[in-house]
Amino acid sequence: MVPESYYVALSAVLFSMGVLGVLVRRNPLVIFMSIELMLNASNLALVALGQRHGTIEGQALVFFVMCVAAAEVAVGLAIIVAIFRIRRRLSVDELTLMRW
Amino acid sequence: MSLVVFVTLALLVIGSAAGLILRRNPIHGALFLVINLASVAALFLTLRAEFLAAVQVIVYAGAIAVLFIFAIMVLIPGREETGPDALRSQRWAAVPLVGVFLILVALALRSITLSSPAREPAVAGGVEAIGRVLFTDYLFPFELTSVLLLAAIVGVMALTKRRA
Repeated sequence: MVPESYYVALSAVLFSMGVLGVLVRRNPLVIFMSIELMLNASNLALVALGQRHGTIEGQALVFFVMCVAAAEVAVGLAIIVAIFRIRRRLSVDELTLMRW
Repeated sequence: MSLVVFVTLALLVIGSAAGLILRRNPIHGALFLVINLASVAALFLTLRAEFLAAVQVIVYAGAIAVLFIFAIMVLIPGREETGPDALRSQRWAAVPLVGVFLILVALALRSITLSSPAREPAVAGGVEAIGRVLFTDYLFPFELTSVLLLAAIVGVMALTKRRA
């Protein structure tokens, strides 16, 4: 059995790669996928630490995280589509106004 | 044996995440995301979280990845991120900053994993165990998620409705 700390370390690396993706990419869709990477990293850490403590609560929390992620993806993609309909360009550097 | 499985899956996870960040074409990024999510589902299996592995494949690698690919197909006919980059120097500064961030996270997690007590026997995360916890201790949050999903449905329809 692999120690849980390996899983936690992997989740830290995965989360940092998600942060890097959010910082360096310009396409809002790719930024959104990087946010999914971060959510997955946190899920992995939750499951690993829950198993370390021998409780099921970590996995229940991951279930809720997945629900929130599904809702977040739906609403976020709708916002991106709505912005694209108005601006016809897709780069976060140009979206500097809260209204248009 | 389990270490070999873990290392293979970890390399898949990190490699596909790197592919997602580095490839310019968002469609390739979405396919790398599918590989990443499936590998994390396999990692859940090695952690004996069978229910979460199944949900991960169905919800993430199924529904969410299809949603992403669909949005990319609708929005971006060709390539993206080609034009001049006004913030290029700032983007290079992001790499060392993320390195510092990773060190900070690793230190925080190290203190947690070292201070927690000796490991307990792993619990099996089957449907029965998760369902029992969800419908007893976490019943109210579970009901709240239905409201959240309903709000998401209504919000998406309001956002994408064409105004004449």
